Amino acid sequence: MLEIKNLHAKVGDKEILKGVNLTIRDGETHALMGTNGAGKSTLSNVIVGNPSYEVTEGSITFNGKDLLTMNTEERAHAGIFMSFQAPIEIPGVSMTNFMRAAVNARREAQGKEPLKSTDFLKIMREKRKLVEIDQKLMNRSVNEGFSGGERKRNEIFQMAMLEPTLCILDETDSGLDVDALRIVAEGFNKLRTAQTSAIVITHYQRLLDYIRPDVVHVLIDGKIVKTGTAALAQQIEEQGFDWIKEELA
Amino acid sequence: MREEGKEVKNEFVRSVAEKKYEFGFTTEVHTEIIEKGLNEEVVRLISEKKGEPDWLLQFRLEAYRHWLTQAQPTWGHVHLPEIDYQAISYYADPTAKSKKGAQSAEEIDPELMKTFDKLGIPLEERLALSGTAVDAVMDSVSVKTTFKEKLSEKGIIFCSISEAVKNHPDLVRQYLGSVVPYRDNYFAALNSAVFSDGSFVYIPKNTRCPMELSTYFRINARNTGQFERTLIVCDEGSYVSYLEGCTAPMRDENQLHAAIVEIVVMDNAEVKYSTVQNWYPGDAEGKGGVLNLVTKRGDLRGVNSKLSWTQVETGSAITWKYPSCVLRGDNSVAEFYSVAVTNNHQEADTGTKMIHLGKNTRSTIISKGISAGKSQNSYRGLVRVGKQADNARNYSSCDSLLLGSQCGAHTFPYMDIHNNTATVEHEATTSKINEDQLFYCNQRGISTEEAVGLIVNGYAKDVLNKLPMEFAVEAQKLLSVSLEGTVG
Amino acid sequence: MRSEQQYIELYHEVSDLIKSRSCEVMNSVRDEAFETFRRMGFPTRKVERYRYTDVDAAFAPNYGISLSPLTVKPSAYIYNIENAPIDVSPYYHQIADPLDAITALNTALVHDALLVHVPKNQQVADPIVVDNWLRGTAATMMNRRILIVMEQGAEATIIMGDHAADKQQFLTTQVIEVYCHDGARLDLYETEETTPLCSRFSNVYIHAGRDCSVKHNSITLFNGQTRNLCDVYLRGEHSEVTLNGCVIGGGTQHIDNNTLIRHEVPNCASTQLYKYVVDDKAVGAFAGKILVEKDAQKTTSQETNANLCASTDARIYTQPMLEIYADDVKCAHGSTVGVMDEAALFYMRQRGIPETEARTLLKNAFMGQVIDQIKFEPLRQKLYVKVEKRFRGELDKCEDCRLCK
Repeated sequence: MLEIKNLHAKVGDKEILKGVNLTIRDGETHALMGTNGAGKSTLSNVIVGNPSYEVTEGSITFNGKDLLTMNTEERAHAGIFMSFQAPIEIPGVSMTNFMRAAVNARREAQGKEPLKSTDFLKIMREKRKLVEIDQKLMNRSVNEGFSGGERKRNEIFQMAMLEPTLCILDETDSGLDVDALRIVAEGFNKLRTAQTSAIVITHYQRLLDYIRPDVVHVLIDGKIVKTGTAALAQQIEEQGFDWIKEELA
Repeated sequence: MREEGKEVKNEFVRSVAEKKYEFGFTTEVHTEIIEKGLNEEVVRLISEKKGEPDWLLQFRLEAYRHWLTQAQPTWGHVHLPEIDYQAISYYADPTAKSKKGAQSAEEIDPELMKTFDKLGIPLEERLALSGTAVDAVMDSVSVKTTFKEKLSEKGIIFCSISEAVKNHPDLVRQYLGSVVPYRDNYFAALNSAVFSDGSFVYIPKNTRCPMELSTYFRINARNTGQFERTLIVCDEGSYVSYLEGCTAPMRDENQLHAAIVEIVVMDNAEVKYSTVQNWYPGDAEGKGGVLNLVTKRGDLRGVNSKLSWTQVETGSAITWKYPSCVLRGDNSVAEFYSVAVTNNHQEADTGTKMIHLGKNTRSTIISKGISAGKSQNSYRGLVRVGKQADNARNYSSCDSLLLGSQCGAHTFPYMDIHNNTATVEHEATTSKINEDQLFYCNQRGISTEEAVGLIVNGYAKDVLNKLPMEFAVEAQKLLSVSLEGTVG
Repeated sequence: MRSEQQYIELYHEVSDLIKSRSCEVMNSVRDEAFETFRRMGFPTRKVERYRYTDVDAAFAPNYGISLSPLTVKPSAYIYNIENAPIDVSPYYHQIADPLDAITALNTALVHDALLVHVPKNQQVADPIVVDNWLRGTAATMMNRRILIVMEQGAEATIIMGDHAADKQQFLTTQVIEVYCHDGARLDLYETEETTPLCSRFSNVYIHAGRDCSVKHNSITLFNGQTRNLCDVYLRGEHSEVTLNGCVIGGGTQHIDNNTLIRHEVPNCASTQLYKYVVDDKAVGAFAGKILVEKDAQKTTSQETNANLCASTDARIYTQPMLEIYADDVKCAHGSTVGVMDEAALFYMRQRGIPETEARTLLKNAFMGQVIDQIKFEPLRQKLYVKVEKRFRGELDKCEDCRLCK
């Protein structure tokens, strides 16, 4: 599904990714762990095409297509979804209008007619129930006045609406208490199909208790330095990253 | 009962205003003053007295001729009195006697030394404030510049502008009038025609000036104007912090002060310019006081250059000044921090101009106005983003505090934006002093007077923090003194 | 020759004709107004309140003056001034600034005036609609004069619209004088949807007595060159005034709003919110002054001007001013010129919303905050649609497509 080769990227003048190689097959869940500033968020932003990041070397292909030649929205239409670490407020744009624009843009890219209003609202209602998100949040502007937990749940709701094939969860656990974490993770699990792949970025084991990874990668200083099974995440939880750094040295 | 209380308070205000200007004394020193009046002959005479080269005389004459074609500006929110330019003497030299009589030119009339001592500006280097070199200017002439030799070891030039004209004519000629041309405004033209002394600073490439440079201006003689001219050039990769202080005796008539400050900042250089302005503000009835009509501007010519203006304005009957920045170099950064206090009948119209021309330029404006008594205090500012100035950023915050029902606080910001990548934010608030804060202080046993001082100092803190240490302490005291007796 | 000369000559030629078609109250101040205009001429950009509009250039073309009578459809509350149910002499040309050149010229040349009069304690449920259609076969100057008198406790919503029916150069001068007596409530909406060939110079003067609530909304959707002045005189305590503006500029449009709120008495509140989106080579200017007089204690005032500059050739001038002579006040203003929130754009694009669509959504959201303030529901809904159409470039196309770039 996703193949990253020798990826180098920078923000401003600072090189952050220094040669990342990563292959994700259909239906696989990969956890990406690492110290602060190691490049985890950079990697996810580069995959979804954040214009603030510049790729200087390497390639990313997604289902055979060259992602780097596609703009952000084209990548979204291809089925890539990112759950943001800090979802932004967009005052004045209602959740409903926002979702309608997103869903219909995707349908248009797929050569489909835009949804009728009633159909759209019906889908909204169904998906809302699925992730247990309050109707009153839908009448507000995007993320405006949402609590930390509501924002994260809203991300999963949008994922439900857009039915992506590759989900990137960028520190979805940050700022969530145990109950909220469970609800969000369960929502995610309900949505995924056998074909859905995921990249889960986290500092902690606890999210991985709910979303079981097939593969765990450790990213340090812009490179994947270690790859293992779920047991690796457990080991990091207990021992931190220092032992990996020592191995490298 | 209430009315009576007010009466007592007013009496107190008066006594405070009269008493508290502690720099209002005069110096008895023989001063050579030229005849009152302004004409080409006077311009030539000033130039001749200073032994200036012909190009400078021509510069003065052109400025004078231009000035004749101009009218005094009326747009400020101040009541500038009709100034009789023929009733002013344009050159007063308190060092004349010592020059003639003394053994060496370096010997200074002890009266002058005493004056500056009294002002807290010792001119003997052994007594100096730590780490500060001083150029002391009285009326039209620089009395003494300290630490000149020490600075010259690093190639730094710090001297009076008259001396610079003699010893470094090429530098002066290259930069004089290049930031503030004489055509800039009425008072700039006047200054360019008759300017007397002021300081010249040149910091050579890649040099961090090891001490604070400071100029102290004093108007002493009666019926004279002071037209000082300061020129600071900070070459590539260098840094200097410059301080300016000023006082004048209490006199019944207005004294005119029309200065120009020009600053040139090259690639990767940084200049900090701090002013504590405490010219005589006039008495409680609004009689006398200095008319402070000043053009200050910095040209951030180089990439990554930085200029920061900090001013604490407590004196002068009328203040009309807008220390400005032209952000020409890409990535240049400009700052303007100002506290302006007006009391009694003082009027201040002050602010800044930030002209963004280079790319990725940033400017910050923080202005705090405090009005008391019957004073009028205005912020006036311009932020212009030129067509080529991509990604320019400006943030302005202009707050006014009112301490009394008879004063005024005004804000006149102008923003002209010609580039769609600019982000410009301006906010302003006007309110009276927070009575809950006053009450809280009172409850803790702090008198209202003292509490006002505390609160105002807190209010002005963002700006005071930008001043060099010794100056900050002085400025804090000054704020409290300027406001004593304003709230009861 | 400066432009005023042709209007001075015009007055000499047609003043007798104008007077013959007009009424006594209007004629009584006419010659004096002309004399003022003749003496002052058009303001240059050096005149502080006109620094953002070149008046002389706008009045330079050779316009024919329209002297056709007003068509007033018979309806309650709206009158031709000749048939006024009240004595209008205490109102006509009383609050308008006699020394403003545009007002003076309007007063000299206008032959007909409209009166909206709402009697004491009358609460008018349906909005009073005044539509101005610009029609003509040659370049035409229209001078419009409107008097709004809200008696004590009267309540009304007035919706005024400027439209151009013909593809012609039109120059409009407009003076509106609004008198709100104690306890009156007025919502006054003005929308402009004309063509790039139209110039509009509008001066609105509002007097508010005690316990009044006055809202003025100025919406410029499509125009050529517009200068709107709005002066408010708060003369009775406990009144509140709101001035809102929504400006969308494209092409070479020019929109200049200039406001003055004068707090003359204590305990009043004023709020202003003006938002601009300017694109292409358009110019947007806003200058607003809050003036609090010496005894106007307990004044609260908030002025906000927010601007989006959407193209490299567009220009924004903003000048929010406070002039305060009373100490127990809470006044604030804020002005911003900004770019679109890049993080919000990215978020939307990650969800698959194309960039142009995302930008339109953000512009809409930006303007929505002004439209939200419109109390009259049907107008609000209509404007949401129109604003969105305008941003999609559909408004100008469907109404007058051949005129727009």
